[in-house]
Amino acid sequence: MTDTPQPQSVTEGAAEAFLAGGSLRHAQGPYFGAYGGRWMPESLIAALDELEDTFEKAKSDPEFLAQVAELNRTYSGRPSLLTEARRFAEHAGGVRVFLKREDLNHTGSHKINNVLGQALLAKRMGKTRVIAETGAGQHGVASATAAALLGLECVVYMGAEDCRRQALNVARMQLLGAEVIPVTNGSQTLKDAINDALRDWVANVQTTHYLLGTAAGAHPFPAMVRYFHEVIGEEAREQILSATGRLPDAVCACIGGGSNAIGIFHGFLDDREVALYGFEAGGDGVDTGRHAATITLGRPGVLHGARSYLMQDDDGQTIESHSISAGLDYPGVGPEHAFLADIGRASYEPITDAEAMEAFRLLCRTEGIIPAIESAHALAGALKVGQRLAAEPGDPAEKIIVVNLSGRGDKDVATAAEWFDLLPEDSAEAEIGAEGEQL
Amino acid sequence: MSTETLSKSAAAIERARAQGRTALVGYLPAGFPDVQTTIDAAVAMAENGVDLIEIGIPYSDPVMDGTVIQEATVEALRNGFTVRQIFDVVAGITSRTDAAVLVMTYWNPVMRMGVREFASRLAEAGGAGLITPDLIPDEAAEWLAVSDEFGLDRVFLVAPSSSPERMQSTVDATRGFVYAVSIMGITGARSSVSSAAREVVAAAHRAGAERACVGLGVSTAEHVREIGAYADGVIVGTALVAALRDGGVEAVAALAKDLSTGTPKG
Repeated sequence: MTDTPQPQSVTEGAAEAFLAGGSLRHAQGPYFGAYGGRWMPESLIAALDELEDTFEKAKSDPEFLAQVAELNRTYSGRPSLLTEARRFAEHAGGVRVFLKREDLNHTGSHKINNVLGQALLAKRMGKTRVIAETGAGQHGVASATAAALLGLECVVYMGAEDCRRQALNVARMQLLGAEVIPVTNGSQTLKDAINDALRDWVANVQTTHYLLGTAAGAHPFPAMVRYFHEVIGEEAREQILSATGRLPDAVCACIGGGSNAIGIFHGFLDDREVALYGFEAGGDGVDTGRHAATITLGRPGVLHGARSYLMQDDDGQTIESHSISAGLDYPGVGPEHAFLADIGRASYEPITDAEAMEAFRLLCRTEGIIPAIESAHALAGALKVGQRLAAEPGDPAEKIIVVNLSGRGDKDVATAAEWFDLLPEDSAEAEIGAEGEQL
Repeated sequence: MSTETLSKSAAAIERARAQGRTALVGYLPAGFPDVQTTIDAAVAMAENGVDLIEIGIPYSDPVMDGTVIQEATVEALRNGFTVRQIFDVVAGITSRTDAAVLVMTYWNPVMRMGVREFASRLAEAGGAGLITPDLIPDEAAEWLAVSDEFGLDRVFLVAPSSSPERMQSTVDATRGFVYAVSIMGITGARSSVSSAAREVVAAAHRAGAERACVGLGVSTAEHVREIGAYADGVIVGTALVAALRDGGVEAVAALAKDLSTGTPKG
């Protein structure tokens, strides 16, 4: 794909401010350089204004902050651990590798940070119903969890094809009291689930909060979702300083919409000596057309309310993404990542399905931790970064990488068993795995 | 912006007003089922009482559209519609009728082509301007400048949820007419038109809009009559798309004719 460069003057201005020593932390939106904004129907602008206002007030309300902190501690299980992965690190050029254990949170991933925060805001706005989109079901399960905890009605939009492949996650959401609506429009994938959630929101905005699952969408969602995930980076920075007495050389995270990555990056944004790496889903390979490497190969455009990098054709039609990891299988990316990429503060690289699955198996066998396939993209990236660091001057054992282990892999066992051909031909699981079911 | 001469959309609405009628706006998506049928159906609408033609660009993620229009646009894309063909459609209609022809489009296809190039080609094809369901004036700096340069109408939407401040800024940014969304929802025929529409139109007029047209849910001559009592125009989409789907160009002509019986102001 070739691209005509779009006007980037705003980004250049922000880049200059950054180069002049300005802080990148706590960017409020609506714009991140040339990205972000509100490319939304007028009908929803009042709701976005109300949400922004509620969020801004909540951030300076000690009662709200105490509620979030209490839920983080007593419900999600925060702070999550920082675990040194010594045997895994032997494969990363011998540098030290630490895992930020978001997989140990309640519901098994970082997603809980955002859903609890947004569900609390929904209650503050007097809304009685939340809606959410989900791909594989992780954000849907997290949303259903928060809704159950806080007594909110919950409706989850999920592509019909995903519902079939993820029948157990559909059951999970139903067990938690949510209604799951299969989406049969368009390509029947995550982006179409977002479209249908937006259609629901337009019609029911008086009673309903749209609990968007990633740091994308219209303002204030990117800044707000990041805010609820900033705890990841803050904890990680404190923990690595306490464990090693210094900041890491690199921080690695996987990127779909980019919420776990922006959460951990945020803690290190102003530590210029810390390199930040986002690993996108390279699918079958970025030269095959079957991937979700939005920043690597996408072009600026608007989708779902924000201007950002986007997988689109020459007509501006969204191109379907492909990844073995449903959580990264999205043709857009959060606008703050687009900005960080343009100014060079963070680097974004693709990881293929095969590379991710090798790292997945390696972590299982060296550390006794089964990662989410999403997080395995960050692990595969860390192996590469570690080898690069080891090739530079200095003792590799003095170099440090922090990887955001954004989720656990229980949901991915059938996919992995199929990938590694671990299932007997005649087992029920083999049949399920062949259809991409994630247990 | 020039106020000496009326823009194409404004002129079409004022022509209807001078004849004692509510302006009738008819929507069809381009390329459904093919480009030639779109042109023929649009011309049939113009010959049967439709004052302004609204042609939609099929888009992969139409968040403001209900099932009928989505299915039509998916089929148009499946049949190979490309964005550049919109100019052929517009030119095909303007060469055969006097109706004002507006293009309804989500913003990404315009951004992809380049706002200026898009506007220049639309003007060249004889188009009146754009209706932009997911572009608010706050994000429209480039479009405001380019539409001035080419004398194109810019039809923004206002909704029951629009604050007085937003109503004012949107009306101020608009040229041609204000698109008053009748309900909080998406496109689709409904059995009755929400009473909220009357208030949205009144608020638009108070904010200085000379022309406000009501859309979403309008499907019968009775709706047209009812809305005509307070609005300057009515917009019919889904019902016409369903007619084209089920009965072809003839059915579109028949429905347009029937809808137009609701336009005389009582």
